[in-house]
Amino acid sequence: MKPSGWGELAIAAFLVFLAVFVPFVTNGYWLSIAVTTMMYVALATSWALFSGPTHYISLATGAFFGIGGYLVGSMMSDYQLPFWVPLVVAPLVAAGLAFLIGIATLRLSGVYFVIFTLGLAEMIRNLISWIQNNFLGSRGLYVLTDLRDHHLYWMLLGVAAAVFLLGWVVNRSRLGFALRIIGNDETVARHVGINTAWAKVILFTTTGFFAALVGAIIAPRWSYIEPNQVFSPQLSFLVVIMALLGGAGRLWGPLVGVIPFTIIWEWVNVQFPNQSTLFLGLAFLLIVYVLPNGMVGRIEQLHARMGRGRS
Amino acid sequence: MSNRPILSVNGVTKRFGGLVAVSDMSFDVGNHEMVGVIGPNGSGKTTMMNLISGALKPTSGRISMKGRRLSDLPAQKIAREGVGRTFQLVRLLPTLSVLENVMAGAVFGHRRRWGRDAEDFAHEMLERVGLDAMSHAPVSSLTYINQKRVELARVLAGEPKVLLLDEWLAGLNPTELETGIDLIHALRDEGRTVVLVEHVMDAIRSLCDRCVVMSSGAKIAEGTPDDVLSDREVIRAYLGDDDA
Repeated sequence: MKPSGWGELAIAAFLVFLAVFVPFVTNGYWLSIAVTTMMYVALATSWALFSGPTHYISLATGAFFGIGGYLVGSMMSDYQLPFWVPLVVAPLVAAGLAFLIGIATLRLSGVYFVIFTLGLAEMIRNLISWIQNNFLGSRGLYVLTDLRDHHLYWMLLGVAAAVFLLGWVVNRSRLGFALRIIGNDETVARHVGINTAWAKVILFTTTGFFAALVGAIIAPRWSYIEPNQVFSPQLSFLVVIMALLGGAGRLWGPLVGVIPFTIIWEWVNVQFPNQSTLFLGLAFLLIVYVLPNGMVGRIEQLHARMGRGRS
Repeated sequence: MSNRPILSVNGVTKRFGGLVAVSDMSFDVGNHEMVGVIGPNGSGKTTMMNLISGALKPTSGRISMKGRRLSDLPAQKIAREGVGRTFQLVRLLPTLSVLENVMAGAVFGHRRRWGRDAEDFAHEMLERVGLDAMSHAPVSSLTYINQKRVELARVLAGEPKVLLLDEWLAGLNPTELETGIDLIHALRDEGRTVVLVEHVMDAIRSLCDRCVVMSSGAKIAEGTPDDVLSDREVIRAYLGDDDA
C-alpha cells in the first residue's frame, strides 16, 4: 500500500541478479555455505509470510521440510522415479497437510498453537520413522542425482525469489492487510468483516508448500536420507530464530537475519559441535531481550530517532 | 414504531453454563431509528450487543435484519451484511496508523473498497468525526476520546446499515462528553439506524427515540425515554425496592 513498494521490488530484483553469479566466483566451502544460506532465506522468508503479520509462531517448518526430503528419498529410492516427480508432488502433499492442520488448529491461539505445531512435527517424524522401519524395511533411502551444489543453489535462489515476489504481492493485497489486522486484534478483524480462518489457512498452506519444496531441493545434497535427519526439530527453531533476528515484521527482515546467523552457526558447529544447542538457546534469549523487533526493527528505530534529531 | 423494522430480536436467550445472561429478549429497531438499551450493571446489555454482532451465538431465539437471519452467521458475515459495532473498551489496531485503522473498516465492509478509493473514503470518515488532521499519527499518541473517534470512523467506513455503539460515551470527561453527544446527534440527524448501550441518562433522553430496559437479562420495559425512566419497575431495577 506504500508507494515505495516498486522501489523495494527493484532492489530485490537487483539482489537476485547479483546472487545468480555467486557460484561463478566461489566454490567448495563457501559455495556450500551459500547453499545453506539460500535454503534458510527461502525457509525463513516463507515462514515470516504467515507468522510475521499474524504473530502465530509455527514450529512445524521441520515437518513440512521433512516431507519434502523424505518423499524425494522414498520415491527415488523405492520407486525409481526421477527427481522432478517428488519435486512436484512433495510441496503439494505438504500444502494439503498444512491446509488440514490449518483448518483444525488455527482456532488455537498464542502458546497453544506453538506447542501444537511442535508436537505435530515430532509426531510426523516418529510416525514416518515407524512406518519406514516396520513396513518399508529399514534400508536407507539413497538420493543419487547429477545435481551439484551450484544447481541446488540456483534452484533455491529461484524459490527464494518466488517467495519474495509472492510476499510482495500479498503485502500489497487485501489479504496482506487482513493479516496485519488479524495480528493486531483478531476480534476486530472478524468484526470489520474479515474471514480470519481463511486468511490464516491460506498463508499457513503457502508456508507448508515452500518448506517442502526447499526440503525436496536440498535432498540430493545428503545422498542418504533417513527420517530422523530430515524431520529435524532443530531446523524449525533455527528458522524461527533467524527470522526473528532479522525482524519478521518486514518482508526482507528474515534475509537480514539469515546471512549473519548461518555463517556464525556454521562456525559454532565446527568449533563447538557439542555445544551448538546451548548456543541456539543463548541466541534466542539475546534476540528476545535485545532485539525484540529484530535487526530491521532496530534499524528503523535508529532511523526514526535520527529523523527526529534533524527536524 | 413508525416503519418496518430493519433489525428484529426474537426470543433470544444466551446461557453460559447455568447462568442465563440474556433471557427471552425481543425488540425491533426501525429504519433511521435510534434505540437505547439501558439497564443496571450486569443486566446483559453488552451480551445482547455481542449476540447481535455475532461475537457470541444465541443459545436460542432469532436475530434478523430485513428478514435475513443473522443469528446463524459468523461475525465476519454479519459485519458484511451491514452490522457495524464499537467495543465497550475501545479496540484499535496499535501497529497501524490512524488512517489504516479506518481503512480496515472500508476495505472489508460490505462495499469492499480498495486502494485509492478506500484511502479517500477513510479520510472522509475521519473528517466526519473531526480527526482528519491526525490521520498519519500512530494510534498510541491519541487521547481517549480521539481513540473512540477513530473506532467510530472505522465502523462508519464499513457503511453499516445498523450501528451498534457499546457505551461509546463511557469514560469521557465532561467536555469530551459534550463533543461525544454532539457527534452521535449528528449521526442521528443523518438518519442512521443506531442501537446504543448507554449509562449516561442525559444522552439517552436527548438521543434515543425509544429505549429497551434490561434487568437480569430480561426486558422489563420498552418505550420513549421519558416513559421508561419514570416506570416503577425500571426505578426499582436501578435503585432497589425501597425507592420505588
